[in-house]
Amino acid sequence: MESASNIVEIRNICKSYRRGEHTIAVLNDISFDIARGEFLAIMGPSGSGKSTLLNLIAGIDRADSGSIVVNDEDITALSESELAGWRADNVGFIFQFYNLIPVLTAAENIDLPLHLTGLTRAQRREHVEAALEMVNLTARSEHYPSQLSGGEQQRVAIARAIVIDPVILVADEPTGDLDRASAEDILGLMERMNRELNKTIVMVTHDPHAARSAHLVRHLEKGEFSP
Amino acid sequence: MILWKIIFKNAFRHKLRTALTVLAVAVAILAFGLLRTVISTWYASVETSSATRLITRNAVSITFPLPLSYYSKIRQVDHVEMVSYGNWFGGIYITEENFFANFAVEPETYLELYPEYLIDEDQRSSFLRDRRGFIAGRQLVERFGWEVGDIVTLEGTIYPGNWEFQLQAVYRGRDENVDESQFFFHWEYLNETLEETDPAMADQVGYYLVGITDPDMAAQVAGEIDALFANSPAETITETEESFVLGFISMTETIIEVIRIVSLVVIVIILAVVANTMAMTTRERTGEYAVLKTLGYSGGQITFLIMGEALIISLCGALLGILLTYPAAQGFRQALRAFFPTFNVQPDTILIDLGIAVIVGIAASLIPSRQAVRIRIAEGLRRIG
Repeated sequence: MESASNIVEIRNICKSYRRGEHTIAVLNDISFDIARGEFLAIMGPSGSGKSTLLNLIAGIDRADSGSIVVNDEDITALSESELAGWRADNVGFIFQFYNLIPVLTAAENIDLPLHLTGLTRAQRREHVEAALEMVNLTARSEHYPSQLSGGEQQRVAIARAIVIDPVILVADEPTGDLDRASAEDILGLMERMNRELNKTIVMVTHDPHAARSAHLVRHLEKGEFSP
Repeated sequence: MILWKIIFKNAFRHKLRTALTVLAVAVAILAFGLLRTVISTWYASVETSSATRLITRNAVSITFPLPLSYYSKIRQVDHVEMVSYGNWFGGIYITEENFFANFAVEPETYLELYPEYLIDEDQRSSFLRDRRGFIAGRQLVERFGWEVGDIVTLEGTIYPGNWEFQLQAVYRGRDENVDESQFFFHWEYLNETLEETDPAMADQVGYYLVGITDPDMAAQVAGEIDALFANSPAETITETEESFVLGFISMTETIIEVIRIVSLVVIVIILAVVANTMAMTTRERTGEYAVLKTLGYSGGQITFLIMGEALIISLCGALLGILLTYPAAQGFRQALRAFFPTFNVQPDTILIDLGIAVIVGIAASLIPSRQAVRIRIAEGLRRIG
């Protein structure tokens, strides 16, 4: 199975989509590993399959064939409900458009994944406060997403991603909707998560500047990694 | 739990849309409640009918009279405790628009057979003493502003002429389903006048009211009474008061069926309104549901969110509709009191209203929930931005 230094092991993954009568191959027999504590950026043009690969690693989509082992768990063998539980325990998500729930405050958004754990209300509050402090948004905890800037919303999203202390953080174009200064801020925060908390991060990006924050950059083209 | 918070906030997120949906549901529930009340009012007289009262009428039709001489024969039948009789008078008070039911009855026995008419003892005695006296229901008295002692003149239609009566007593219903809009006077007053003016019509009664000792003997007693007058010029049909009233109601069965069908259409309208709102909101929130699923929330929890929102909207509409039903029923009763002397919203109508709201809430959210649960997370996330 997985070697001690690898947190993700992907073997012979294939994925295709049906569009009407046509089948479009998105990932062709991909195999690679991600080391524990790695900050990996996956780059590639639109339609190269990088978001699909990220979704497979995060357990929000299923491969047609092959296996994905994350932290010793073969997630391709899990049922839908088991996979939902696995995501809740192991994966932190950061999206391009932040994807906060608009009717909840910043603190409530961060609290959202903790409701799926067995933590008490007081314990959850402690975790939320710590996460808010980490992203430097304690003063904005009672603000709704519509009252926050794009950069602040993404920081809330990062706090929501890390509050469950996930095994792996996945980020899909996390700076794609931000201005340069906010993007720098978010990338700095992700580097900090990686460096200080030793979080493994897999980031998909178009932006070479964003990719420079990562330790390792891999290029995906037409469903295959370029050499 | 946080899901409850999301449900409540989502339900009122688009205030105008929610308000319009709640209003539409409220109007539909109001319409349904009033239609149900019309039906239950139609049957109210059946519910108030007594199992120990039989009605004997002419076998040809209720419009044909029976001889007064039947009285003593009916009285002698086993298990008959008391016999009274009466005639539909059909008098008009000032104009035809003032319609109300008025009867000439044998007063003492009639009032004894109707213990559901509550009467002050002094007034009762005054009424029984005064041959030109009449007793009226509380609603009728209030409708025309009569007071005890007032002289009221009815213009006869079946029995021509102007007939003067003095109000001696006012009755109240023992419960809200008792008709308080009737007018009763002494049968003797009618008969004495007919003896002078139209002797051929004298000593005839429209129907006999028979009080029996045991409701289980009703069929037997009815059979014995009818057997007494078999092959006579005026054969009889005797039935329980309930059957008699149902016989009247069956004449209007088609109208009731139409009302029932309209009630069902109203329910379908409510369902369509709420389902449309839920389909719109769920489509708009596909991305948010995908995010929740990404975070690990299950299909059941997503269904709970959508169903909860639909239930809140439909229940708010139902509660508003129920609140509006009471004043609307009051207005309905005022406007149509000649036809609906009692028009009371029954508790079971309210329970049905609430039941419909729950069923509509669940049904309206089934398809949107299924779609939200079944959509792939990756597909749902693509709907954002």
